[in-house]
Parts: sequence; structure tokens; C-alpha cells
Amino acid sequence: MARIKTLQDLFRRYRRPGDFAIAVLSLAFALFLAVSLPFQTTWVERTALFAQPSFWPTVAVGFMVLFSGLHVIGALVSERLPGRMEEVLHWVKSIEYAIWFLVYALLVPRLGYLPCTLLFCIALTLRLGYRGPRPILASAVFAVAVVALFKGFLQVKIPAGAIYDLLPAGSLRTFFILYL
Amino acid sequence: MDAFLSGLQLVFTPEVAIALLIGSIGGVIIGAIPGVGAAVAIAILLPATFAFEPIIGLTMLLGIYGSSMYGGSLPAILINTPGTAVNALTTYDGHPMTKRGEALKALGLAYGASFFGGIASIIALIALSPVLAKIAPMFGSREIFLAALLGIVLVIVAHRGQTFAAGSLAAFGIFLGTVGLEPVKFTQRFTYGFEFLSSGVNLIVVVLGLFALSQAFVLLSEPDHAPGDQRVEGNMFKAMAGVFRHKRVASASSGFGVLMGMIPGVGEFTAQFLSYTYAQRTSKTPDQFGKGSEEGLIASEASNNAVPAAAMIPLLALGIPGEALTAMMLSVFYVHNVVPGPALFQNNMDFIYALFIAMILLNVIVVVFVGLSSNLIMKIIQIPTRFLGMAILTLSFVGVYSLRNSLTDCMLAAVFGILGLVLKRQNLPIVPVILGMVLGGIMEVKLRSAMARVKTPLDFVDRPISAILAAAILFLIVLHFWGVLRERKLTEPESAHDHDMHDSQQG
Repeated sequence: MARIKTLQDLFRRYRRPGDFAIAVLSLAFALFLAVSLPFQTTWVERTALFAQPSFWPTVAVGFMVLFSGLHVIGALVSERLPGRMEEVLHWVKSIEYAIWFLVYALLVPRLGYLPCTLLFCIALTLRLGYRGPRPILASAVFAVAVVALFKGFLQVKIPAGAIYDLLPAGSLRTFFILYL
Repeated sequence: MDAFLSGLQLVFTPEVAIALLIGSIGGVIIGAIPGVGAAVAIAILLPATFAFEPIIGLTMLLGIYGSSMYGGSLPAILINTPGTAVNALTTYDGHPMTKRGEALKALGLAYGASFFGGIASIIALIALSPVLAKIAPMFGSREIFLAALLGIVLVIVAHRGQTFAAGSLAAFGIFLGTVGLEPVKFTQRFTYGFEFLSSGVNLIVVVLGLFALSQAFVLLSEPDHAPGDQRVEGNMFKAMAGVFRHKRVASASSGFGVLMGMIPGVGEFTAQFLSYTYAQRTSKTPDQFGKGSEEGLIASEASNNAVPAAAMIPLLALGIPGEALTAMMLSVFYVHNVVPGPALFQNNMDFIYALFIAMILLNVIVVVFVGLSSNLIMKIIQIPTRFLGMAILTLSFVGVYSLRNSLTDCMLAAVFGILGLVLKRQNLPIVPVILGMVLGGIMEVKLRSAMARVKTPLDFVDRPISAILAAAILFLIVLHFWGVLRERKLTEPESAHDHDMHDSQQG
């Protein structure tokens, strides 16, 4: 008879190297919030417990401490998996792409959505190791398509670039401000 | 009847019809691209849909939600790479069938089962509507509080083996929902003197960070690869009819999907687990499961596709989202000041009918589309993963920045993106954070108003529905502990565990 798997077995949701690190970080954050509770929430006089502004954050932080604490204990008593440091370094290395994202967000109101998106997509494509005209062209076409769809067609709220003010006044500048 | 006709009129306006078409076909393609999935697409498109009427925005998002799983089964079966997380189980039996030279049969069964599950779920929703319209007004503050609490308890216990992490993440979500200026006594909570935190942590920023940005970071920070190509020949529609050889498994799996979709906090994975286990236990060939079993494949696809329509039940009737995607849809309602809940069933039945009709149509559109263009979709999805990461990062910017043109939102989203990457790499769930955030807010408001009329703890459960819900919560907690003890005997030893990264719960 075939063995019936548990849900965890079926979807292979097992611990990975770094489990202990995430558990400790989670507990540290929960404890920091617990220590901050008296200073970051208010106890209001003549108000029932359940209506206190601090009641619900206390419940949330209390459960964070409880579950994170249990997670740490669980990680401590489990077999150690090799590769924790590599895993944590991988988390740290991925911050590079968060920085790319933030620089892009910082530049859009200055350079304009279309020029900035073109620059961002092409530069990131090169950073990712793609070489040759085909991926560059693909990223440029993608950038133009995104701007045309979201700003030009769907008219999502993205401010016009400050650089567009340098264009000569008239219909071209208006077009850039409204659609690109 | 008038409401139905009015609903029909709503769906057949050009804007809604186009939204439905784009959502359904776009959803199949998005679902078929490994590494994107409905959650990423919905998170990115969410702010763009705020400019539309609720029915247009919801139709498009529902289209993506309901059709992505059809698309996701295509690479799962042909190249052993699930398009979306909820198609991971499909690879177990679908790909071995492809290796045996039965790709057409496997795809046909998967599409047929998806259609079966989708339609069964909508029929259940339509049949339950009159009952819901009667029961929903009986949900007062304490019942809604208990239903939301049930959702939180379930989202924790549904992550068997990871309950501590899931509990901590759900509590973190509840905490996030409390940050900012609270609206009753007007006191600041956890703002640390930062002005940008006074307005709270925006749900959409968190959703975009945890689902979309994190996926971009995951793809960008890993080695590049592209899905392989595989063609399939033959009459797909004939192959789809093969599902009727397994009516029992398809019906039971759809039933599990409907039930698990209706209950907040559970969702596709538990539905698939129950269906797959049922199908294996009752099969004449249980040893074939995991090696190319038709029943296993049908159990996986019928159950996951039965969830979306059923998940709309608690959302529409009570205003309680049961999983991350309906939590995102709730924000579409809020932006337009439409409050889902009992009043919606009493006053906007045409809107409800329009959604039902849209869901039926989306299943029909999708089944025709996948029946005709599986090979074309396989060609479209040949995108290298790091290039895809760049594309998701670029699109995520539109989602976050178009909300209120705030660089702070972008920073917060980036922080949640890194958190999402860590969770995904740890095989940990994201959904508890989102549900905690949404349900925590509902629970706080409802508990406060419910306690005004409660003198003793027993008063809280002195109405039939609240008593049933409270009993269900206690029963689930007891059942969980009993299940943990029982499963200790069934669980594989630590050395047999697969400690690799598996994106099997970020659907």
C-alpha cells in the first residue's frame, strides 16, 4: 500500500539553512516591539480594556513573542543544516536589487518616466549579464511598452519628469508631460 | 429575475467584456510563466484598477485569479515546472505522464478538471446565494469577529509543520495593521515619531513588496535559466472530455475546493491535500500516485480551480477575505466605498449576479483559449528568469509609485520585498502576514463594538452563529494538536526531507 503523505511532505515545506537566523531575528524584533509597547501606545483613562488603543498592539506583539520564541526553541532542538552563512549572505546580496529599485524611484520625477525606465531596464539588463543587441533591444521595447501602457493608455498617476521643463513650450512638451 | 437581467447587462457592457477578456487570457499567460503567478500580477495591477468602476476592476482581477491556474498546469505537465505555486502538485502526476508520451492526455485532463472545478464552484456559489442573503444579516459584530478569528486560527494551523513561523507572521500582520493614528481615541501607535507612519502601513505597499518585489529579487539574485520548450499534438478538446471517466474524483475534489475556499484562512493547498489524499485512499491503484496517476492529476487541478469562486463567498457575504488574493480584491471595494457584506447581498444583487456571470464566462473563454493555443503559450513563456525579474521590478514600480507618488512607499515596499525573499527562500508562507493585517483590522473594530453589549464572557457566544463559530475555533485547535501527535508517526525522518527551496505556498 502506498504511503499517504502529510501536508508538509506533499508540498515539501521543510526547514532550510538559515531557519535559526530568521527565528532569532524574528524574536529579537518581537522583543524590541514588546519593550517599545509602553512608549509607543497610550493607555487612556476611563476606557474599557477592549477599547484601549494599546490593547490590540499588545495582543499582536504578545503572540509575536510567543510564536517567535517557540520557533527559536524549535530551531535549536532541530538538526543543524549546513549553509546558514551562505544563506544569510544571499539575503544581504539581494539588497543590491532593492537599491536599484530605489534609485529608479528617485530618478523618475527628475528624468521623466520614459527616459528613466529606458535607462533602468537597459542598465539592469547589462548588470544581469545579458550581452548583445537582442536583449538590449528587448529591454528597450519592454520599457517603452510599460510606459505606453501605464502612463499613456491607463493614465496612472506618475509625475512628469522635471527634465521635460527643458523642452520648448508647446504641444510636444504637453505630450511628454501627459503621456510619457 | 430583474437583478439577474440587470447583472447580465452589467457584464455585457464593452468595458467589462474587454476587462474579462484581458483578465482571462492575460491570466492564462501570466499563470503559465514560471515565477509570476496571479498574486504578483494582481498586486501590480491593483492600483491601476482603482481608476475603473468596481465591476471592471474586479472582473479583470477575477479573470487573472481564475485563469492563472489553467495556465500554470501547462509548464507543470510539459516541463515539470509549475507555472504557479498551486500547480506544484500537478507536476507529481502530470509530468510522469508526459514522459510516458501522454502529454496531450495529461493536459486535457488538467484543463478538463480545472473547468469542472471552476464551474462546480460557481454553481455552489449561485446555489448558496439565497441562503447567504438570509444568513449574512445574522452576522453581527461578534460573529464577524469570530469568523475573522477563525480565519487567523486556520491560516496558522493550515501550515502544519510551520505553525510557529505562521503564527509569528500572522501576529506580525496584525501588528502592522495597528501602526499609525488609531481612529477612535486618536492616539499614535508605533510611529516612533515618524510622520509617514501616522497614516499607517498601506496594505497595497505590503502586498506589492511581499509578492511582487520579493519575486523580482528572488529571480534577479539566482542563476539565469529559461523554461524548455515542448510541443503537444492532437485534439485537446477531446482529451479534456477524459475527465468524465473520473467523475467521482473530480466531484469530490471540486467539493473539497469549494469547502476550503469558503472557509477563511485555508485555500488551495489544504484543498489539494485533502483531495489528493482522498483520491489516493480510494484509488484502485494508489501506488501510481506520484508516478503519473490520472486521478492524482485530476484531484490536484479540480480542487485548486474550485477555490477562487468559493473564496468570493466570505468576501462578498461578510466582507472577510479568506486568502491573500481576495484580501487584495477587498481593497478594490474599499477604494470605491463599496462595503462588501450583508448589505451587498440585499442592495446590490445585480452586482453579485454580474460577478457570477463573469466567472462562468471566464472559465469558458479560458478553456477555449487553452484548448487552441497551448503550443503558442509555451512559445510565449520562453523568457529567461533574470530578464523576467527585471520586468517584474519595473512593473512593481508602477504599482507602488502610482498609489501616492511616495518615495517612502517605495522604501517600505523594498523592505517588504527583502522580507518576502527571505520567507520564500525559507519555504515560509507570506499569506499569514496579509491575512493578519486585513483580518486584524476587522477584529479590532468588531471586538470593540461587540464588547459594548457583552456583560459576561458567555454573552459573547449566546447567539447560535457565534456559538457555532466559537465551538469551531476550539474544535480546530484541539484537532490540530491531535493531528500533530498523530502525524509524528507518519512524518518522514529529517534525513529524508528535501531541504531545497520550493515555492509551493506563495500562490
